[in-house]
Amino acid sequence: MKSPFAAAVRAIVSKDLRAEWRSRELVSAMALFALLSVLVFSFALELDKNAREEAISGVLWVSLIFASLLGFNRSLSLEHDQGSLDALLLTPVSRSAIFLGKLLGNFMFTLLVALVLLPLMTALYGVQLLDSWALLTTIVGVFGFSAIGTLLATLAVQTRSREALLPIALLPVCLPFLLTAVRATKGIVSGAPQSEWQVWLQLLAAITIIYLVLCLLLYRFVLEE
Amino acid sequence: MTQRRIHASLAASPQPRLLRALTILATLGFASTLVLGLFVAGTDIQQGPVQRIFYIHMPAFFGAFTAFGATVLGGLIYLWRGSEAWDRIALAGVEVGLAFALINLLTGAIWARPIWNTWWTWDPRLTSAAVMCLTYAAYLMLRAGIENPQRRRRLMSVYGIFAFVSVLLTLFIIRIVPDTIHPVIVGASPQNAQGSFEATSGVVLALLPSLLLWLTLMPITLMWHRYRLALRQEAVDALKLKLLGG
Repeated sequence: MKSPFAAAVRAIVSKDLRAEWRSRELVSAMALFALLSVLVFSFALELDKNAREEAISGVLWVSLIFASLLGFNRSLSLEHDQGSLDALLLTPVSRSAIFLGKLLGNFMFTLLVALVLLPLMTALYGVQLLDSWALLTTIVGVFGFSAIGTLLATLAVQTRSREALLPIALLPVCLPFLLTAVRATKGIVSGAPQSEWQVWLQLLAAITIIYLVLCLLLYRFVLEE
Repeated sequence: MTQRRIHASLAASPQPRLLRALTILATLGFASTLVLGLFVAGTDIQQGPVQRIFYIHMPAFFGAFTAFGATVLGGLIYLWRGSEAWDRIALAGVEVGLAFALINLLTGAIWARPIWNTWWTWDPRLTSAAVMCLTYAAYLMLRAGIENPQRRRRLMSVYGIFAFVSVLLTLFIIRIVPDTIHPVIVGASPQNAQGSFEATSGVVLALLPSLLLWLTLMPITLMWHRYRLALRQEAVDALKLKLLGG
């Protein structure tokens, strides 16, 4: 961890974490929002015992993505409004390091929300979400859409009506994550044999890697000024 | 833009001869593939005349594929070389592709009404095709939301590359998610596909020319026209700016 790249990534992550630790406004807002949307879903879908097993993984992932939208928007618009994005650009740091730094921060916040949701939904709905495979799926999936979300949030803060545009830009593009993650989680929760849902987890991992590489390559064009 | 370039592009530059030839060819080609599909090809025994819509439905998707592919290519080359021309191509690709994708959805719905007994169903492929349209609609919205032209070109090049994921998803989703009722043309249809097609020689005869036309001539011709429109638009904008600035 001596290379300037790693040092830059670490500096950005620790800055984000420290800012969050002092204000505690981002994660609490995201977690509250995720919780509310889980509740809204359970009223709207009238989740009884059978419907739960079918729908719960969808509810989990949609709530997570909605909550993460809140976080991505906030995380990047803070940087943009206070001019710290420009300041970061002035430093002799590679754009990929800035991307990775912001990504890791966003990833940790969203994962934290997921870690609140998983046990809570397990308790509320009586489904087994506290499973090491479910956890792995969550980590991979959250990392994947945090990558594309960080890139698109950087893009969206540079537009005129940014709060409105991030969901429009992000939701269609993160559909592959939703599709595979929901299928994998559903298989795991329903107790199906591993051979049935393993392919979804593998696909999810493959998509995550592809998106991560694309984001690393393209981020400097989103930030360049 | 320099004064000279403004005038050069504004002075109603006549259509290049090649473009005019392409336009005529595409029009004739479209008319003749219509004749092939509507009159020459035999009527499907099971589905009746409605099956003929397939000669437009599937080619339209591949036309959109070409156009959206041009957006990716235009975006990549713009990011690499920074020439505005490639960004115009990318934008033309989005608009032409979106029009084709909507034709694809619409003709599909018209076909599904008698065959599936519904206009629309939340089949994986139908859903992903709809998401594809929404992705490119989002492209146009994002594009309209960025004022600085240079920044707009750069950011939209990136988004155009990511948006192509939705096209690939539509193309491959029936291989990944097998529970579709949408028929597969290349290879075996899934077990539960309803209203499948057999690529008999009669179908191929009518399909192939149409497919080639929509894959190449139609998108290229339309995109070229859209490209020229973008040039005019930019010239008008520059002129407006100049007049306002005194």
